[in-house]
Amino acid sequence: MTSRVEETGSTFDESHDPESEPANGGKRVRRLDRVVIRFAGDSGDGMQLTGDRFTSETAGFGNDLSTLPNFPAEIRAPAGTLPGVSSFQLHFADHDILTPGDAPDVLVAMNPAALKANLADLPRGAEIIVNTDEFTKRALAKVGWQADPLDDGTLAEYRVHPVALTTLTVEALKETSLSRKDAERAKNMFALGLLSWMYHRPTEGTETFLRAKFAKKPEIAEANVLAFRTGWNYGETTESFAVSYEVAPAARAFAPGRYRNISGNLALAYGLIAASRQSGLPLFLGSYPITPASDILHELSKHKNFGVRTFQAEDEIAGIGAALGAAFGGALGVTTTSGPGVALKSETIGLAVSLELPLLVVDIQRGGPSTGLPTKTEQADLLQAMFGRNGEAPVPIVAPASPGECFTMALEAARIALAYRTPVFLLSDGYLANGSEPWRVPEVSELPDLRVEFATEPNAPDGSGGFWPYLRDPQTLARPWAVPGTPGLEHRIGGIEKQDGTGNISYDPANHDHMVRTRQAKVDGVSVPDLAVDDPGGDAGLLVLGWGSTFGPIAAGVRRARAAGGRVAQAHLRYLNPFPANLGELLRRYDRVLVPEMNLGQLAMLLRARYLVDARSFTQVSGMPFKAAQLAAVISEALDD
Amino acid sequence: MTEIKATGVTANGALKLTAKDFKSDQEVRWCPGCGDYAILAAVQGFLPELGIPREKIVFISGIGCSSRFPYYLSTYGMHSIHGRAPAIATGLASSRPDLSVWVITGDGDALSIGGNHLIHALRRNVNLKILLFNNRIYGLTKGQYSPTSEPGKITKSTPMGSLDEPFRPLSLALGAEAGFVARTIDSDRQHLTSVLRAAAQHQGTALVEIYQNCNIFNDGAFEVLKDPATRDAALLRLEHGQPYRLTPDGEEIVHDVTDPDPTRAFALSRLTEPTPIGVLRAVARPAYDRQLNAQLDQAVAERGEGDLSALLSGSDTWMVR
Ligand SMILES: Cc1ncc(C[n+]2csc(CCOP(=O)(O)OP(=O)(O)O)c2C)c(N)n1
Ligand code: SF4
Ligand SMILES: [Mg+2]
Repeated sequence: MTSRVEETGSTFDESHDPESEPANGGKRVRRLDRVVIRFAGDSGDGMQLTGDRFTSETAGFGNDLSTLPNFPAEIRAPAGTLPGVSSFQLHFADHDILTPGDAPDVLVAMNPAALKANLADLPRGAEIIVNTDEFTKRALAKVGWQADPLDDGTLAEYRVHPVALTTLTVEALKETSLSRKDAERAKNMFALGLLSWMYHRPTEGTETFLRAKFAKKPEIAEANVLAFRTGWNYGETTESFAVSYEVAPAARAFAPGRYRNISGNLALAYGLIAASRQSGLPLFLGSYPITPASDILHELSKHKNFGVRTFQAEDEIAGIGAALGAAFGGALGVTTTSGPGVALKSETIGLAVSLELPLLVVDIQRGGPSTGLPTKTEQADLLQAMFGRNGEAPVPIVAPASPGECFTMALEAARIALAYRTPVFLLSDGYLANGSEPWRVPEVSELPDLRVEFATEPNAPDGSGGFWPYLRDPQTLARPWAVPGTPGLEHRIGGIEKQDGTGNISYDPANHDHMVRTRQAKVDGVSVPDLAVDDPGGDAGLLVLGWGSTFGPIAAGVRRARAAGGRVAQAHLRYLNPFPANLGELLRRYDRVLVPEMNLGQLAMLLRARYLVDARSFTQVSGMPFKAAQLAAVISEALDD
Repeated sequence: MTEIKATGVTANGALKLTAKDFKSDQEVRWCPGCGDYAILAAVQGFLPELGIPREKIVFISGIGCSSRFPYYLSTYGMHSIHGRAPAIATGLASSRPDLSVWVITGDGDALSIGGNHLIHALRRNVNLKILLFNNRIYGLTKGQYSPTSEPGKITKSTPMGSLDEPFRPLSLALGAEAGFVARTIDSDRQHLTSVLRAAAQHQGTALVEIYQNCNIFNDGAFEVLKDPATRDAALLRLEHGQPYRLTPDGEEIVHDVTDPDPTRAFALSRLTEPTPIGVLRAVARPAYDRQLNAQLDQAVAERGEGDLSALLSGSDTWMVR
């Protein structure tokens, strides 16, 4: 395949290298350059775990990859129903890829609901592996199927592999001490074994993982390993699987270095720990559980030996309040949440703006308004982060573009907060949080130096020997950070307007005007890198500009448009407040600007207001990321305009 | 001062501070005659007794007349937002166990908008000393009824009388598993100081309710407890180890602030005639901040200081050359 052009939109059969050769056991091995697999089952079937394991094997093997978990908000929606279906999609390739793939080449369906919920996404010719044991009359009726789709022609366009997954698993485990029910639960490992055989995945990692996961229950561990191996052997021996596939490692796609697979939330947690280390300040997280941010709280709670204090507060207001209190005391204060939590924290963010203390506010966006779609992705909190406070309360905003970038941008958020003594927003979303990709592990020596100097000496310019908490650094406009415990610098700060310099309460109109403008100037003056634009020919008339997690799909869409001859430039914002200094000039360089967003055009509104450019929105708020094909079509339309 | 050391605060024997050392240069701006003045004077008079240097003391308040308090002290201080001081102080005290952290709050601040933070601070038992200035009215917003106003209270927002049952702050605190609960009165300097002393010595969260007169919007709310003609009958002065009766002919009970069972303290907290003042309960319980910091030490002892490079690598890596 023209391997640099990702997802040319062709179907499975056409897009892949048909070269095949006979292999051991009379089975044929076919070489592919990329595959999209979707594991789908009931919430209780362990599909997320199965997907995670396949991802780990794939990452270890050296493919480039991208994942998309998709699960219901309910912990256990009624078994066998459409709302209860949980799925995990994985795209892996021998070249660099940008998205979890538009459509699966292979669907593993553990029950009729999983088949029905995902069938519409499958292109003609896709392979379907179904667990036939679950295709009972009752189970079919639950999803409204009168006839069995496995034999009424519904699946005629697909290549179906019926496998009695449950029966085979129970049969394989009958010598173990497990009850039938427990044995049945290992069927996901059977499926994983089968897929691992099909795609030549290494298996040691999963076996080690299972033994560690069930270390306290060795019988369960061994039963799962046995189910996994039986699935693998089943592929090797059964006639219904005549072909297996090879997807070569994607070494060329990666810069040299040590790699691991990482999800956005994990990268973010590591970024916070790294920021704590690099600044020499203890990390204090104040948080209240909320999907999809809770995993950061969980992860940080594990790392107390890094001096990390995690505080599960009584609500989001207390979470940020405690983080701010810790910041007053000289800690790197962080609060993590999602949109509804940000709404509750607004007043305290305003206080932090007024106190001019460093504070990180991490918003893992989800579908809104209100409770909205807790497990689905959206980027509709941009304007909330930008403006969602009383008064003029500017806050810098950064946004990572990929799971791995959550690490870098956490460090960036800390840099800005510490250098300018301000709260900073980091906007991630459900797609970045749970999705994963290979990530080059940085050397600690490459990480930025974030050390700060606390004030230690009186600074009053009037020679009184006193301390002025709002006497600013002329360069950054940051005020001194004098932490309690420092003799001679005792001072009081608060949310009431204060006189610049002394910090004493002031209701003076001119001072207030000055302070409002000074706080704004401080944020406007935050140094952020210029925006780089990708315009290979240098002659594009159309700029596609995005921010946050849409980077992958936009880049994939741009590649397709270019492959079809389109002259299109791409740029992606990681800094949303302040915008990069060259943004205005860059926008004016292009005839047209297209802004795809998973909201109703929030960035486009800011760009229009700030730069008076006719930025055009393309928006989607379905709770799902954009697809490359969809964006390619929108881009070519814009090119034709 | 040995008890002070036990609260995790460093005592400095050489320190010689006076009330004057705790006065800030800011002009005090409460209404003339406000009970807050007396409380401020009592606190400034008491702080030197702690033997803690000024820089190690932090006062955090919410919003209200009472919450202006930190501006008038020469310690570190934060005047925060309405109701949230206990949460902010929790973060500070948990990450800086070397500090002596005090919270100043009003009846509206602590019990209305900040009710949730107050009860959780109490059950969590962070090392905070919370001084609740109860004037049974919203002072700063000019006289609406508060969660401690008596039923039927006529105010600007309740011209026909308030309808809701008030909180009894000490009952609420005991229900929230508070380890230290006390009540005192703004005008009784000596009693106020003795209660502050007891609170300072307590390890964990201490709640001190201070009856405070708002002479502008709720003048005389505690007059029976203050008037020399009525106060002896109206007050029940609790002393640890001394007997008291819940009713004039009830059984004699020896007051034990350390009683692990909160039942008697709760009965006292419900009592209005007479009104108990003094320490109702002072039961030691491990403080949250200490335990949190002990977990950090334990994690280091068990796993060693965190190794960032090892953390970032994890267990599943591969090389690309
Ligand atoms: C979020 C918010 N809501 C409302 C207010 C207005 N407000 C300020 S103080 C106060 C009540 C104060 O009463 P109390 O806590 O009893 O303090 P006091 O003034 O009586 O000392 C109110 C409602 C505010 N500052 N912030
Ligand atoms: S309004 Fe009441 S509480 Fe407020 S300062 Fe005046 S007298 Fe004191
Ligand atoms: Mg009041």
